Amino acid sequence: MAIRKPFEQSYYPPVPTRWTKYWRTNLAWQFIRFIVLNVKMLRMVRRH
Amino acid sequence: MSRLLILGAGIAGHTAAMHARHRLPSPHEVVVVSPNSQWNWIPSNIWVGTGFMKPEQVTFPLAPVYEKLGIPFHQARAVSLHPDGSADRPAPHVTIEYTSPDRQGQTADLDYDFLINATGPRLNFGATKGLGPEAHSLSVCTYGHASQTAAALQQSIQRMKRGDRQTFLIGTGHGSCTCQGAAFEYLFNLEHELRRQGVRDRARLVWISNEAELGDFGMGGMFLRRGGYVTHSRVFTESLFTERGVEWITRAHVREVAPGETSYETLDGENASITHDFAMLLPPFTGVGLRAFQRDGRDITADLFAPSQFMFVDGDYRKKAFDAWAPEDWPETYQSPRYTNIFAVGIAFAPPHPISKPMTSVTGTPISPTPPRTGMPSGVMARHVALNIVDMMTGKAEAPTRKASMAHMGAACIASAGADLVHGTAVSMTVFPIVPDFNKYPDTGRDLRYTSGEIGLAGHWIKHALHYAFLYKAKANPLWIAVPE
Ligand SMILES: Cc1cc2nc3c(=O)[nH]c(=O)nc-3n(C[C@H](O)[C@H](O)[C@H](O)COP(=O)(O)OP(=O)(O)OC[C@H]3O[C@@H](n4cnc5c(N)ncnc54)[C@H](O)[C@@H]3O)c2cc1C
Repeated sequence: MAIRKPFEQSYYPPVPTRWTKYWRTNLAWQFIRFIVLNVKMLRMVRRH
Repeated sequence: MSRLLILGAGIAGHTAAMHARHRLPSPHEVVVVSPNSQWNWIPSNIWVGTGFMKPEQVTFPLAPVYEKLGIPFHQARAVSLHPDGSADRPAPHVTIEYTSPDRQGQTADLDYDFLINATGPRLNFGATKGLGPEAHSLSVCTYGHASQTAAALQQSIQRMKRGDRQTFLIGTGHGSCTCQGAAFEYLFNLEHELRRQGVRDRARLVWISNEAELGDFGMGGMFLRRGGYVTHSRVFTESLFTERGVEWITRAHVREVAPGETSYETLDGENASITHDFAMLLPPFTGVGLRAFQRDGRDITADLFAPSQFMFVDGDYRKKAFDAWAPEDWPETYQSPRYTNIFAVGIAFAPPHPISKPMTSVTGTPISPTPPRTGMPSGVMARHVALNIVDMMTGKAEAPTRKASMAHMGAACIASAGADLVHGTAVSMTVFPIVPDFNKYPDTGRDLRYTSGEIGLAGHWIKHALHYAFLYKAKANPLWIAVPE
């Protein structure tokens, strides 16, 4: 992560915590997200 | 017997050819013309550009697939359309020029009853001085370009391993570019690769883009429900850039790429430059430059094609102010208004206007993205157009009945942010509709129930699985039709 210095562009955006980042590659949680995302996309495909 | 002639065998043309052939009874013909002997799953070119995949993994030869499907294939480029025939050939036809080694340079005329133009984009590197792999920057638009880029990246990594520092400039190479998503994917795959190789601390990564704000992606960005707020994609994109330590320059029109230095103008009129060791900058797109002639030889190119060389279809092309844009402006059947037997799909059709709000610099330079036409909508519209034509060829319908407007269609897009089966990530996005509809969804233009985005390993698994699924489908393997576009 960039060093946060006042008034620089990287000062303002939200940055994920370690916990948030952990869940992004946690295999069990990501397996659930895999199913959810596939369902979401299939719903989108079925709309046309 | 009648003939459907399809120009282009990319995502749109190949999809149209497979569906049309699947549905058409045999006396009718489907014929494909395309200059490249290979089919390319273009979205995976970004992985070729980092060395994660080889060109052979994202391509396969088209001829055996078309032979299996019973589709005559001409490895050639279409040069001109003759929709009313010509003095010596009364039927509507297309003049083609062969590119296959055995017939290189020979020309032929192919008659048609129905025509689909799916010729995609011309990569207009010439629009910016010094842009492109033949000059001073790299590209991932074709598998050949991507493989060159991977070699250059390896050299940079070797230099960093010897202790040098390197600056990487990634983004769009002109104020009118589209396809920011592809450059975004390359940026984060590059960042991932530098980390994997243990040299991230010696690299400065800079993004340059014609988007007004990060997260625009040529569609005005999107709004998402997150943590009790409705938030613009800019917030999430800036978050990812900050997390991964990437600097950004937005609102920029690249004026010139010199060896090791890129100069650009911004919306507020500033002229600046940045030095770099590695620049991967996407070019703007135009149509491929097909010409059209009437029977008497009169040039009617300007009647069929916009100045951008994309083909006019059933959109509303009247010039309108941003506030007057409406979902109804967007084409539904992709039929040419002048010739009812000609259609254009994928990148080849002329959009009626951008999706992002057009912006012009204080010196008058337009700096804003042109509308993206990504893989999923290109495939969906190609299938709808192919099935409409099948109905018209078999007498089931007199006019197109199925509609596939980008203002009534959603898209799912997975933007890879690092390729690895355990440590990889991708941004998974869904938007509905692609073109915002402020009449139906007055607050954000889109249905928030169907518009979402999240980053995680699951997205990478999906992107990787789709790579194999789409290659499987494009090879017309058993049950290909069950794989959605
Ligand atoms: C690097 C990169 C990454 C991308 N990643 C994604 C992604 O992750 N997801 C996504 O949805 N989209 C992605 N896209 C966009 C996607 O590739 C396009 O939406 C899609 O390829 C458009 O399909 P098309 O058939 O219109 O054009 P193309 O796929 O470009 O096909 C055009 C075809 O026409 C042929 N042709 C050219 N000239 C002629 C001529 N004169 N006569 C006959 N044929 C001709 C070409 O050889 C080609 O076969 C990416 C694009 C790029 C460049």
